Amino acid sequence: MKRIASLAAAFVLSVSPLAAQDKPVEILNASYDIARELFAQINPAFTATWKAKTGQTIEIKQSHGGSSRQARAILEGLQADVVTFNQVTDIDVLRDKGGYVARDWQRRFPNNASPYYSLPAFLVRKGNPKGIRDWSDLVRPDVQSVFPNPKTSGNARYTYLAAYAFALEQAQGDQARAQDFVKRLLANVPVFDTGGRAATTTFVERGIGDVLITFEAEVNGIRKEYGDKGFEIVVPSLSILAEFPVAVVDKVAGKRGTEATAKAYLDFLYSQAGQEILAENYNRVHHPAVIERHKGRFPAVRLVRVEEVFGGWDKVTAEHFAEGGILDKVFVKR
Amino acid sequence: MSDVASPPIAAHRSRAVPRLLIGLGVVLTLAFVAMPVAVIFAQALSKGLAVYRANVLAPDTLHAIYLTVVIAVVVVPVNMLFGLAAAWLITRFAFPGRKLLVTLIELPFSISPIVAGVIYLLLYGAQGLLGPFLEAHDIRIMFALPGMMLVTLFVTSPFVARELIPLMQVQGADQEEAAVTLGASGWQTFWRVTLPNIRWALLYGAVLCTARAIGEFGAVSVVSGNVRGETNTLPLHVELLYHDYNAVGAFAAATTLTLIALVTLVLKALLERRLERR
Repeated sequence: MKRIASLAAAFVLSVSPLAAQDKPVEILNASYDIARELFAQINPAFTATWKAKTGQTIEIKQSHGGSSRQARAILEGLQADVVTFNQVTDIDVLRDKGGYVARDWQRRFPNNASPYYSLPAFLVRKGNPKGIRDWSDLVRPDVQSVFPNPKTSGNARYTYLAAYAFALEQAQGDQARAQDFVKRLLANVPVFDTGGRAATTTFVERGIGDVLITFEAEVNGIRKEYGDKGFEIVVPSLSILAEFPVAVVDKVAGKRGTEATAKAYLDFLYSQAGQEILAENYNRVHHPAVIERHKGRFPAVRLVRVEEVFGGWDKVTAEHFAEGGILDKVFVKR
Repeated sequence: MSDVASPPIAAHRSRAVPRLLIGLGVVLTLAFVAMPVAVIFAQALSKGLAVYRANVLAPDTLHAIYLTVVIAVVVVPVNMLFGLAAAWLITRFAFPGRKLLVTLIELPFSISPIVAGVIYLLLYGAQGLLGPFLEAHDIRIMFALPGMMLVTLFVTSPFVARELIPLMQVQGADQEEAAVTLGASGWQTFWRVTLPNIRWALLYGAVLCTARAIGEFGAVSVVSGNVRGETNTLPLHVELLYHDYNAVGAFAAATTLTLIALVTLVLKALLERRLERR
């Protein structure tokens, strides 16, 4: 018994803050669910660069989860030094509830603090048997679409907004017709999963649906991963700009004294080396030389911004996603 | 004797029914228990032994195994002590609220683990009741090892007490009273009389508690923060690898969990035999 007690005491001591002081610099990146492979490549590249530049060894830890869930965890005390999310609103939450990030976090880094961007695109089955080319094909009665539940998934919210923006343009700004369009689109979804990866499983493993809609980067990843299934990628004529915002969590980094490292880490995402890795993973980037090299990967597409079409995220949230909003109206049970 | 007495048709039928039921039992066990377990190993080894080894020996997987064991090593002894104390109190003393205490001890069984995790988050999280105090003193409980231990403690707390209470009730206090009458001190009574009487049940409870502590997913998932190589236990790691499209890795990690479970099962069976013999 005594031995067990002293063992237990040793474990408790080893996790107490006192013991944690003379470890190498460590930063924690709280990120969204499907970015694991991406940061598994980014992190070693950055640590090598940092070591060459400063001689300092650092370790980057990763935490992945739905980006809203991650924001919530940080509010509850998860010690993340930086966030790399797929939703602007999830960083805004960190700003609004207790000032975890700077008020002007979107101006702290170039391009609205989004080192890369993507867009909802389509993955269709081998040979594209249903001839799916654009959003208008997804409301045909013979086409089944798969994407997660827009109520729970940021990814699906982009899909919803892209379809809405497309319909709004087709209908020359007629909101009623746009709403009818997304209503028909949602009615064609056989299963609503809670997150992007679950929707992928539904489409790939369970073989449900004719088209899977998710970020272009993810669509390419799935095609590569399941090469034997011969999936094809379709980029619609119009889609919505999905920014992948980053920020230093000042409140945490300030306390842990990691601000400089955290900032350098996010700066690295904008460097040519960083942008190269991002583009390798089918994310669209801003660096001219990298864009030039990967031209073939990214078909031309017209991207609209949430700010232009919907008047900003606050307005979208209030009008579309809040309780009793437009989404609730068009998202009827079949 | 009964064979001679009963008519041949009845004898025939009485043998067919058990055979049918046993056959059904075997088929169901194969389909729902043996095959899934076999699939875990088949999938884990589907790309060869070398890939399997590499996956099990991956630093993150090793850390997940280490973390899972650390949690169990701390949680199980604490719960043994708690279970012993609780069972002792309940079976040896009469006091108002005893029934209520028994119900309270069993409460974690009826609360969904995910709710247990959220309760702790609401209490110890930065926005929680004790959050400001903990933050002021720079004590981190949530999204770190202490929090994961706490929720595991909560979820597994009834196991030992549940095993001990019925046994100690049946045994009664006679032997202990005799020991005290003969001049034994409290500790002597405990070490020489009480503990030998209940040690197999205590170990059995500990084995169940270990199995649960190692396999716990829901509650730990809420308070872990999912930091790979830091707060990822084995069950969480299996899910993470699966979502990474690393099916072989996920199944390899699952085999280590399965092996731990099988060892626990064998221990449990052995202990059960000891218990029955007594």
